[in-house]
Parts: sequence; C-alpha cells; structure tokens
Amino acid sequence: MSFDKRIDGRGFLDLRPMEAKVGVIEKADGSAYFRMGDTVAYAAVYGPRELVPRFKQNPKTGILRCNYNMLPFSGVGERIRPGGNRRSKEISMVTEKALLPVVLLDHFPNSVVDVFIELPQTDAGSRCAGITAAALALADAGIPMKDLVSAVAVGKVDDKLLVDLRYEEEAFEGEVSDIPFAFIHNTGEISLLQMDGIIDDESLIKLVDLARDAAEKVYEVQKKALLEKFKKVGDGNERK
Amino acid sequence: MRGNDEVNHMLKYFENNLRYDGRGLKDFRDITYELGVVKTAEGSASVRFGGTHVIAGVKLSIDQPYPDTPNKGNLMVEVSLSPLASENYMPGPPDIDSVEFSRVVDRGLREAPALDFEKLCIKEGEAVWNVSVDIVVINDDGNLIDVSGFAAMLALLNARFPKVVDGKVDYHELTDEKLPIKHIVVPTTIFKIDKYFFVDPILEEFQLSEARLTLTRRDDGKICAIQKGGDYPLKKEDITEMLALSKEKFDELIKIIKEVSQ
Repeated sequence: MSFDKRIDGRGFLDLRPMEAKVGVIEKADGSAYFRMGDTVAYAAVYGPRELVPRFKQNPKTGILRCNYNMLPFSGVGERIRPGGNRRSKEISMVTEKALLPVVLLDHFPNSVVDVFIELPQTDAGSRCAGITAAALALADAGIPMKDLVSAVAVGKVDDKLLVDLRYEEEAFEGEVSDIPFAFIHNTGEISLLQMDGIIDDESLIKLVDLARDAAEKVYEVQKKALLEKFKKVGDGNERK
Repeated sequence: MRGNDEVNHMLKYFENNLRYDGRGLKDFRDITYELGVVKTAEGSASVRFGGTHVIAGVKLSIDQPYPDTPNKGNLMVEVSLSPLASENYMPGPPDIDSVEFSRVVDRGLREAPALDFEKLCIKEGEAVWNVSVDIVVINDDGNLIDVSGFAAMLALLNARFPKVVDGKVDYHELTDEKLPIKHIVVPTTIFKIDKYFFVDPILEEFQLSEARLTLTRRDDGKICAIQKGGDYPLKKEDITEMLALSKEKFDELIKIIKEVSQ
C-alpha cells in the first residue's frame, strides 16, 4: 500500500489548524495555550525566582528549567501513569535546549525560570506544541528574549515528504520518519532536531527547508497571539 | 575570541587541526573490543575508544508481549553512568545524561530495527523474548553515545539464546542459536565548537562542545535516529556538513563491526 493521501485531506505541506492565546493562566507570571489540530498544550512560566536547592545557584546566570508532561488521559491508548518517565525527562531536557539560545538568563543570577508544560490531549507533535507554547509563555512573562522559537515536526511517509504528522501517519506500515524541529525565527537556526524512524540524507536536507517554512507559519500564529494581548496595553484593560 | 579561556585555548589547537591528544579533528581514537567478557550474560562486549571504556551485556528472558505488539519481542536499553567512571557521577537514580544516552541508543536499535522482533515471538499474545541490553560506563573519557551504541551492537551480535525447558529459561546452558539480527546499527556523533567540527571527543572536549548531532545509521547507510544536543543552535549548513562527516565516520565503524558479524 502506498501513501498518497492524508487522512484529513490536507496537502502534504499543510499544517493542521492552529490556535494560540497568551495569558490564559492568571496565577502564572506568563502563560500560553497552543493547539495544533487535536494536540493541545498549556505552558506556564514562574519566575525568575530564587533557585533552590541553593547549591545549584549560579552567580553568573539564571537557569531555565522545563517540565514536559502528558496528562493521564491525553494519549490515544491506556491511561498514562503520572509522575514522568524516561520519555518525558528527555523531552523536558530537549525543550530546555530548544529555548535556551533565545532566553537572556544572565539578567537573573542565582535564579530559575520555571516552565511547566501540560498536554491535556495529543495527536502527535506534542513536544513541538509544548515548545511553541513555552516560547509564548516566556514572552508573556516578560522574560527578556532575543527572539521567538517555533517548533513543528516533519517527516517522510512512504516516499512522501510531509509536514505536521498525526499519529495515524506515524503508524503507517512501511518506512516512516518523524522529525521534530525548532527554529529561531530571525536567524533560522535550529535548536531542536530529533528523529524516530528511517530517512536518507537527501530527504533529510530537503525536510530542513520544509520545516523552516512550516515553522514560519507557526511563528505568524504566535506573533498574532502576542499582539492580540499586548496591543491593548495602555487602554486600561490589560491584565494585572 | 570567545568569553571562555578554556575554549579559546582549545581553539588554538583546532586551528591547526590538532587536539590535546595529538589527533586530527576528524580522527577516532584507537578502537579495541573484546567479546563474551561476561560469562553470566547471554552476550557481552567490552569496548574502548581510547580512554573511554564501557561494558555491554545482553540478558534474555521470556515475558509477555506488550498488548499493542502481541507478535513481537521486547527490547530494553539502558546506559548506566557508574560512579566509578568519573567524578561527575553519583550512585542513585539515573540522571538526565543517562536517560538521554539510553534513549538515543535505544531509538537507533529499535527503529532500524537491529533485531527481527517478530522472530522473537514464541507464542503470539502469550510469550516473547525480552532482550535487555545494559551498557555500563567503566571509564568516561568522552563520546559515550557512540561508544555505548557500538558496544550494544557488538553485545547483541555476541548473544546466544539460553536453553529453554518447558517454557522456562535454563540460564546454565547457552545454545548455539544467535539473535535474529536484521540490521547492524551504529551511532556517530559530530561535535561542534566555534566553526570546527570533530568526532570522538575526550572528556574535556565533550564538556566544552557547544552543539552535537548524533546520527545513527544502519548497514544500508540510512539514518535511523537523530539527536541534537548541546546549548547552541545549528544552521542548515552545519547539518549538511555534519551529515557528510557522519557518513564517512560511520563507514569506519561499521567496517569493524562487520568483522564480528561474519
């Protein structure tokens, strides 16, 4: 069986419908909601605040600490046991590395900026949705940043190059690759790159460009969400 | 000039394609290995890349399959950073490096796949072989992903099924039957500091590296796992260059492994 049509009728290079909002969690210093099709991510930022335990403090710079968590009911299969696993630990770490290049942490010695990402519902691309939401939440919190980070997964299913895969596409019988990317908007640099599956060098190089174009579309949605909130500043209706 | 004196010092060497241990930027250290070093394991390998030393052991057991793969055997891969390997590790639950290295090695073996998982099924939905690969770092002088992945593959090639009596494993006796290997898989990690690309870092180079890209390839040259690491981002041109270099270095590693598999 060859792969020649996407289950939801999208074009191969089309993203699922996106939705972004910032300032969705009142208690947080910054927060965001980001939805990519049926994958939904919330991110909240707390800090900069004093880093405990104190022996981990760095007098030269603050640190970024991310926690990625799929909620117990967010997977297609059985309940996900809370408390984290090897996968969530790894994704938390790569999320941190994806955001680190744009966050100016040296403004906050001895401090930590905590980013908590929760996914209530997923249909693949959850780490990308989490990173995209986290970048928005950091911006919403007013943490000094050089740029935004936008993430999207691309891949090859059978002989087709695709953008923004869903679970069913990842599960195609035959050669499949799932390649999450995160891009720094202004420089086009890549701060997240991983892969599950099988790919040849030539396709991978092509996919870098396709991922960059797709990430720019994510960026536009992020920018719009931030403008929606902050263009209001000054009219007396802003938060806090 | 960069802010870090240690990096600047290292870059003075790198400018002349020289490393602290006298190698060129794109040279591996001496690679040596020994198979079947652990009598209590069903397969094992001791591998050294220069000063870095790891031991990989395979244990086999009969277990139930996962509900979503009733006709496939199970694989478990764990890289343990033993506190005896360097001053950086302590006893206790696995730290994030251990989790990352385990998952990267696991991903390559699983996705390729290194094993024909269907041949590890004994009775569909009831009993399958469980393949556990533990890689323990004995001395950490850098490049743990590549060394661990290399050792894991050798240990899998070295493994033999134990005898089975009435559905139970008799660990006292190994058969001559090897594991159903489908692909040979080996990771190569390309490191970057400033504008320089290099492979097989010693510990100092590993710690100072700004970005790394692990490209795991299988015997037909295709990539079966990717992991970017490090605090610095990469440009597209970097990735293109790292891909080309990884292919070259992969050819060197797989040549060594193929000697074993024949």
